[in-house]
Amino acid sequence: MSEKVSLTDPIAKASSGLRGPHVAIHRRPAGQPTAGPIVRHDPAGESPAATAVQLEGRNLAKAYRKGNVEIPVLRGTNICVRRGEFLAIVGQSGSGKSTLLHLLGTLDAPDRGAVIFKGQRIDNLPLRRRDAFRNQSLGMIFQFYHLLPELTTLENVLAPLMIGQSIWTYLHKRGQYKARALQLLELVGLGHRLKHKPRELSGGEMQRAAIARALVTGPELLLADEPTGNLDRDNGREILEILGSLNRREKLTIVMVTHDQAIAARADRTVRLANGQVEAA
Amino acid sequence: MYRLLLCWRYLRTRYIALASIVSVMLGVATMIVVNAVMSGFANEMQSRIHGILSDVVLESVNFDGFPDAAWHMDRIRQAAGDSIQGMTPTVVVPAMLYFRVGDNKITRQVELIGIDEKTQADVSDFARYLQHPQNRLPGGLSFELRQAGYDVIDHQPNSGAKPRKEMALAGWKHRIRMAELEEFRMKLFKPSGGLKSTLPGGAAQQAGAEAVKDPFAAVPPAAVLPQSETFDAKKQQHSGLIMGIALASFRTPDGTDNFRVLPGDDVKLTVPRAGLGAGALTGPAVIEDDFTIVDFYESKMSEYDSCFVFVPIHQLQRLRGTIDPTNGVGLVNSIQIKLKPGADGAAVRDKLRAAFQPGLYAVSTWRDKQGALLQAVNMETAILNVLLFMIIAVAGFGILAIFLMIVVEKTKDIGVLKSLGASGTGIMGIFLGYGLSLGVAGSGVGMVMGLLFVRYINQVADILSWVTGQRVFDPSIYYFYRIPTVVYPKTIAWIVLGALAIAVLASILPAIRAARLHPVEALRYE
Repeated sequence: MSEKVSLTDPIAKASSGLRGPHVAIHRRPAGQPTAGPIVRHDPAGESPAATAVQLEGRNLAKAYRKGNVEIPVLRGTNICVRRGEFLAIVGQSGSGKSTLLHLLGTLDAPDRGAVIFKGQRIDNLPLRRRDAFRNQSLGMIFQFYHLLPELTTLENVLAPLMIGQSIWTYLHKRGQYKARALQLLELVGLGHRLKHKPRELSGGEMQRAAIARALVTGPELLLADEPTGNLDRDNGREILEILGSLNRREKLTIVMVTHDQAIAARADRTVRLANGQVEAA
Repeated sequence: MYRLLLCWRYLRTRYIALASIVSVMLGVATMIVVNAVMSGFANEMQSRIHGILSDVVLESVNFDGFPDAAWHMDRIRQAAGDSIQGMTPTVVVPAMLYFRVGDNKITRQVELIGIDEKTQADVSDFARYLQHPQNRLPGGLSFELRQAGYDVIDHQPNSGAKPRKEMALAGWKHRIRMAELEEFRMKLFKPSGGLKSTLPGGAAQQAGAEAVKDPFAAVPPAAVLPQSETFDAKKQQHSGLIMGIALASFRTPDGTDNFRVLPGDDVKLTVPRAGLGAGALTGPAVIEDDFTIVDFYESKMSEYDSCFVFVPIHQLQRLRGTIDPTNGVGLVNSIQIKLKPGADGAAVRDKLRAAFQPGLYAVSTWRDKQGALLQAVNMETAILNVLLFMIIAVAGFGILAIFLMIVVEKTKDIGVLKSLGASGTGIMGIFLGYGLSLGVAGSGVGMVMGLLFVRYINQVADILSWVTGQRVFDPSIYYFYRIPTVVYPKTIAWIVLGALAIAVLASILPAIRAARLHPVEALRYE
């Protein structure tokens, strides 16, 4: 690979060099201007040693306090996500799947243990660096989509860029950013619903918009928390197809949490979370 | 960027927050109106007071005054000549004004001011407030009764007063008519008597007796009394007198002035004479004399209009017996000084205080003279501002409550933003910006409302009067016909900034709460 794109400037390559075969799942019109690669791989992470492990949770422990009672959720969980892998974490409700995902995504801090992203510990980084990590290197999708109701579909997709970039940079590169957001929305098949507010979209459409939002900064890692949990079977399958395609063609690393064994079967590898421990399924 | 966008979207979708800024708006509007009216009053008052009083006045501590005004004026010029534009000597004494309307005898306690016709106009706007156009002209001031032509319609701008129809009669025509009427009356009640008054004789006698004791009174005051056996009221006038308009008239609530006397009528003044008895334990003797009203003085400051009476200075000096028979120089008890534009009154006052012995002379600026009044108005404005600012502060608490609600409502969105990498300060920025925009909207609309209200305040007062059937602004009390207003951009800037600060302060607590929300707690869906 000849890519020279850094994580801190995910869109740097936006206008130069069209890259490899794009994932085209839903009516991507021919000749549509493209705004760059869907996933930008860090050239530093291309060496064989680094490709092995992209994200690692070591001996993670987390407990929730309810009054005086401490309820342990994770008790020394170890998890390892390899680069380009589609990993499913299954477990019953309350088994701590979502908690584990939050810890991996630095949304929450573990009581004990460490989260390591590409060989660097990230759970104890300063707040600002963790915010930047979530913004630049991580995409997240949720069961309830969590689009911002005041913004249109397009604005929702652009939100991570608005957050990550200063107002001047954003206004300066608005054209590029918009092109990228359009590209992603086309990719997930929502090119025709740019100006709609989330409440005017169906569940499947909202989840697709959420995927486009998660990918807009070009992360290498996608964390998905029950992405199909609230969708009917057809819509759920389409979402999974998108995820699978992104994983195969763009080498996007995906960690998906689900309670449904059938959905987990779409992943490369499945682990089970039970009693606060990870075991191979 | 997302901050601006979300701010804007929240503004456009949360109407409840707009309700919370109505109170900011009303507070700002009220403050602007109150400030404009208060400074309008203060301004009007100051300019009137300043127009009436000279910039600096040198007064004698001694009631009799000091001789040789020219020598004093030279000394003033030596002390502070470069900032002095004009000076005039005056004699100010308390006096009793007495006149008859039909069978009613009316007395008024007045401040009698002897002025120099030639130089009075140099030091104050005195002439501007007179009712005969010729008296208002530069150098046109005269204590001779005019034939006619007194203002029927108030010449002062923006007064909006009702026409004073009676003034059309004023002048010699009125004097002759009144004299004829008096003649007729006398004939009716005292068929055997003439028109002789018993008063002048008495006054002359008294004056004569006084002259023996009083060295200043060597010129017998009787000589200045034109009243004699041959005085013909139809052809002659007494010494001229200019009277405060409120002494001569009263105003009915609808703004009409009703005159008791007019230029051409005679009045009597009782004046204390100069010089005390040898033992200095007897008070000043009084003397009285007839005067003919030649004009009215209307400064629109009721305090002055109802107590000032002006007569020629030499007339007053002669009446009080203060003219030195050897050289004809009279005593004056104050010198009014007009400063050049831009000169510092306080500095001149201090220079003069150094130049004149403090035990004998008092020097003060017009501000010193009216300090209490101006201070009171400033104080009132300050207190009103504090009270009204409380209204905006209350509005701030409204914003606080509504914002806390919005933060609770937006908990999930805040979690989403954090999961997308938004920092705590960024989230805080959304709500602070939201508060600021509400403040801008509220104070902006309030400012426009306030300024419009000020612009049309008199129309509003008229409408309110019409609706309530009660006069909102009663010109018989204030002596202004219209509500005066002054808008200072600086005041408005302060009010608006204050309102903005309160809106931002009120949003700080909700913003901090939003910033501290734990993303996982916020995202938890159950």
